[in-house]
Amino acid sequence: MSVRRPTTSRFRPQILPDRSVLTEHRAVIQDISRRRLLRGVLSLGGLSMLTGCNVSDRSSVQRVLRSVSGFNDAVQGWLFDPNKLARTYPASQVVKPPRFNAYYDVEDVNPIDITSWKLELAGLIKDKRPWSLQDIYALPEQEEIIKHICVEGWDYIGQWSGPRLKDFLVRVGADLSAKYVEFHGNDDYMESIDMASALHPQTILATKYAGEPIGVPYGYPLRLRTAVKLGYKNPKWIRAIVVTNTYNVGFWEKQGFNWFAGL
Amino acid sequence: MPIAAPRMHPLVLRLMHWTNAFAMIVMILSGWKIYNDDVLFGILHFPDDIVLGIWAQHALQWHFFGMWILVVNGLAYLAYGLASGRFRRLLVPLSPREVLQQVIDALRFRLAHADLVHYNAVQKTLYIGIILVGIVQVISGIALWKPVQFSFLISLFYDFQGARLVHFIGMSVIVLFLLVHVTLALLVPKTLVAMLSGGPRIEPR
Repeated sequence: MSVRRPTTSRFRPQILPDRSVLTEHRAVIQDISRRRLLRGVLSLGGLSMLTGCNVSDRSSVQRVLRSVSGFNDAVQGWLFDPNKLARTYPASQVVKPPRFNAYYDVEDVNPIDITSWKLELAGLIKDKRPWSLQDIYALPEQEEIIKHICVEGWDYIGQWSGPRLKDFLVRVGADLSAKYVEFHGNDDYMESIDMASALHPQTILATKYAGEPIGVPYGYPLRLRTAVKLGYKNPKWIRAIVVTNTYNVGFWEKQGFNWFAGL
Repeated sequence: MPIAAPRMHPLVLRLMHWTNAFAMIVMILSGWKIYNDDVLFGILHFPDDIVLGIWAQHALQWHFFGMWILVVNGLAYLAYGLASGRFRRLLVPLSPREVLQQVIDALRFRLAHADLVHYNAVQKTLYIGIILVGIVQVISGIALWKPVQFSFLISLFYDFQGARLVHFIGMSVIVLFLLVHVTLALLVPKTLVAMLSGGPRIEPR
C-alpha cells in the first residue's frame, strides 16, 4: 500500500501549540504542582481536566483500562515466540526516503551534534565505556528489509542495517537475564523493550538506511529497528542504552499507549 | 410438581446477548477513533462526538479491553448455541428459495413475524451471517494485533492493509446489521421484550 498523507494524530499534530502558551502559564503550572494537586495523577489525567470530559479520561476508568493494558503486556510476552521471524521483502519494494514520523513536524527535529555524540551505556552492563560512531560502524552489520507498522495503521517497507542488538549487548557484557532495555533519545525521550524482543535476531541498532547513513529526520546517527514491535517502540537519535530490571514509564506509555506493543 | 418449560431466551442467553451488545458498541466506537488516525478512505472520518476516546491511545485502550469481553462472551455463546441445540432449533434448516421469497415479502412489508419462537428465513440468514462476520472480525482483528506472531492469519488477507480493509468492511456489515436488527426490534417490540424478560415458554417437543 502506498504511504499516506499525514492526518490528525498525536504522532504528527498538524497545528503545534504556540510556545508562548507554555511560557505564559509556566508559573501557574509550577504553582499547581507545588501544591501537589496533580500528585499521583498521571499527566494524562491532568490533561483531561483541561480538555473537557470524556468517559475514557475519568481517572477510575483510566485505572481499569491501564490495568487491562498491563494484562495485555503479559499476554503479549507469553505469545511472543523468540524464534518467529517477521516477513522480509526484496530491495525493489523499499520506500525511499523512509517515512518521517514523530510527535512533532520534520522542521522541528533537533539534530544531534555528531562531534560530541557518544553512545552512553548504563545499568546492568559490565563494560560501560561510551561508543563512538566509528566504533559502532566497525561492528558486523546485518541488513533487514522489513515492514514498519505504525500503531495508527499505516506501514512501509524499509531497508535498515547495523549491528544486531543481541551481539552488541553480549559484547558489552550486558546482563541478558535483565527484564528491560531502555533507549534514551533526544529531548528526554525514552522507550523500553523487553529483553526477549531485544535479543530477537531481527532487532538491530540501525545506522544505515538503504546502504547510506540514516538521514537526520529518521534517527541519525543511531536508532532502534525491530521487526517485532510497533513503530513507536523504535526510538530515533539514541544517546544512551540502559539495561535494567526496573520498569520506567516511557514517553508513549505515559500518555496511555501499550508498553509491549509487540507485532 | 411440574417443572416450568424453559423460556425462549434463557437467562444465560440474554446475559450473553447484552454483554455482546456492550462489547460490540465499545469495539465499534473505539475502532472508529483508531481508524481516524490513518483513514482508509480519504473523505471518511468519524466525528469526534460519536467516537470512544479523546485520543487514539484511549481508543486503543478501550479496543483492547473490549476484545476480551467480545471474544470470551462470543466463544461462550457459540459453545452454548451448539451444545444446547439452540442453533439447530432456531437457525436451520434454511432453504435459499424460502430466503428469496421472504426477502421479496419483506421489501413489500408483508413478512410474517407472528410466531416469535420460530425465526423466518430472513432472520435465519441474518443471524447466521452476523455470526460468521463476527468470526471473520475476530480473525482479522487478531491478525492486525499480531501480524508477526500470527503471520499465517495476515496471509489470509494478502497483507496487513488487506486485513485492515477486511476489518473495516466487517465493522460496516455489523453496523448495517445493527441498524436493521434494532429497527426490526423496535417495529416488533415483543421481540425486544423477549430478549429482556425471556419471552414465551417453549414446550419440549
